Amino acid sequence: MSPTLQIGLVAVAAGLACALAGVFLVLRRMAMMADAISHAILPGLVAGYILAKGPNIFVGFIGAAIAGLLTVVLVEALTKSRRVKEDSAIGLVFPVLFAIGVLVVSKYYANVHIDTDAVLFGEIAFAPFDTFSLGGRDLGPQSLWILGGLALINGIFLILFYKELKLSTFDAGLAVSLGFAPVVLHYLLMGIVAITTVGAFSAVGAILSVALIIVPPVSASLLTQRLPIMIGLSMLIGAVSALIGYWLAMAWNVSISGMIATSLGAVFFLILLAAPKRGLVSQAVRRRKQRSQFATEMLVVHLATHAATPEEAHESTLMHLEQELGWEPEQASKVVAKAQHSGLIHYQDGSLRLTPSGHELAQVVASR
Amino acid sequence: MNILRDLVTDYTLRNVALGSAVLGIVSGVLGSFAVLRKQGLMGDALSHAALPGVCLAYMLTGSKTPLVLMLGAAVAGWLGMLAILQIIRQTRIDAGSALGIILTVFFGLGVVLLTVIQKGNDANQAGLDKFLFGQAAAMVQEQVVTMSILGFIALTIVWAMFKQFKLLSFDPEFARTLGWNTHFLGALLTGLLVIAIVIGLNTVGVVLMSAMLVAPAVAARQWTHSLSLMVLYAGAIGAGAGLVGSIFSVVEMGIPTGPAIVICLGLVVLISILFGSAQGIVWDRKRRLRLSKEGM
Repeated sequence: MSPTLQIGLVAVAAGLACALAGVFLVLRRMAMMADAISHAILPGLVAGYILAKGPNIFVGFIGAAIAGLLTVVLVEALTKSRRVKEDSAIGLVFPVLFAIGVLVVSKYYANVHIDTDAVLFGEIAFAPFDTFSLGGRDLGPQSLWILGGLALINGIFLILFYKELKLSTFDAGLAVSLGFAPVVLHYLLMGIVAITTVGAFSAVGAILSVALIIVPPVSASLLTQRLPIMIGLSMLIGAVSALIGYWLAMAWNVSISGMIATSLGAVFFLILLAAPKRGLVSQAVRRRKQRSQFATEMLVVHLATHAATPEEAHESTLMHLEQELGWEPEQASKVVAKAQHSGLIHYQDGSLRLTPSGHELAQVVASR
Repeated sequence: MNILRDLVTDYTLRNVALGSAVLGIVSGVLGSFAVLRKQGLMGDALSHAALPGVCLAYMLTGSKTPLVLMLGAAVAGWLGMLAILQIIRQTRIDAGSALGIILTVFFGLGVVLLTVIQKGNDANQAGLDKFLFGQAAAMVQEQVVTMSILGFIALTIVWAMFKQFKLLSFDPEFARTLGWNTHFLGALLTGLLVIAIVIGLNTVGVVLMSAMLVAPAVAARQWTHSLSLMVLYAGAIGAGAGLVGSIFSVVEMGIPTGPAIVICLGLVVLISILFGSAQGIVWDRKRRLRLSKEGM
């Protein structure tokens, strides 16, 4: 495998693993927990380093995962004490844990290279150099194995607990009454997020792993309301953005992890604008359409009210519409032109009259 | 006693201690409003979102003057804030997701810009990322002065608008019925938060900034039910932790200032939650125990 292909595969694996971990996190409105966990794993890595007396990937992994879960436990303990709101609890716990990590590193391991910047940025470009070998055979980049394995674990987790996760996310009360254990499930999900963050950060950095966890599911949720489709779209968005970002980073010779996060942002922004139902554009169009339809209905009802009455000649002029319905002159003539075009009204003796289909619409509106 | 003398005479210690104290006051005061408005994580998001602004400011001006970089950080932070508020208002995306998206995407863009700058092979660019990761120990007088002026402006605005901000924090609906422009007030208050963040970035760094805003407010809340007192206490706690943390880091060689301040704050929060006079857990337990005894 060429290094380029290897990095591309690592990026895609990271995209898939993170998107799978993020779907229910986002649906449960706990996206920022991923951010907290990703920062709080530093002391876990440091503790693993101390215990293993050196860099050891497995001990570090376990230490970081425990630190991630510790974050969740501390945030919940603070929130449960009812002295601190959840958002403040998150914003308090992870910097303190991070500070403890930095403190220990700088005090006792000043000459050891645990770069706190690297924890934040990550460097996927180094992925091909850390290869995993078994029995003397080179099996390719270590991070590809880790992230591929994580994607598999997360996928199996979602399949096994799909029903439970779905129910406890959308109807926690029913889940409890049916005998599910939401607390166990909650910690399982948090554990999944923690190990995914740990697995992803060494390759792509803490910030990017958070981007890959949060952005694809949120983007997917703008496109569909069906959960299985949302999961599939999240994986697709994560993997595709990762590839686009990698490709652009190669083309412009800039940070790969930064460019992947930027492409995720661009994809999100595009979907936010152009999503078929919930996109900003279609929302604006719908609002416009509703406003125009409402104006037309106002017009026909107004004309119908005064039809065949003595004041009709006076009420049914363009000038009067402006006064009575509070429309700007421009808007009034637009509405009238449109109604005329759709055959709802016509001019007769200089005033506006309803056509038969106009009368029909007025009837429908009035009987609503 | 040596420390007290050094605090006055030692150039480095004086700058670090003064700068940290100024940051503590400003972030304590503004953090109080953020915590009450359930925007505890806004600080974290905006401090990350400031990175591309710092890079762009440097790329456009070629200058590393604190004020220029702070201005860049403020503009990016402010844009990030507007983006977050608009996403929350215009879509059904929840606040946490909106914060997370803007945080990671802006930061990612900043990392890209950092690599662009580094490619420029400009000897002057060294240490630009330090601006974001905090290096209080290297603070110079110019920075302290800039921080103090910005902080003074922010605190003056809070003082002048205290009544409005108070109502906005507790009952925004009522504020709207009074005919106040709550969107503007909210954006102004969060905009002031950006000032605190910009001041804090090169002192404690991106990650720890969140605690500078949240911790003093959470601790202060445990000692009083009045907003004006809470704001005062939070400012005092922030300043105290800033002083103690920075002195500690200078005395104990090798301990970075930011983490020292944040761990100080963590301890203050723990003590306050347990023993705070307004709603401390220990007093609560005692009261409940006494009541249950009287009941028997």
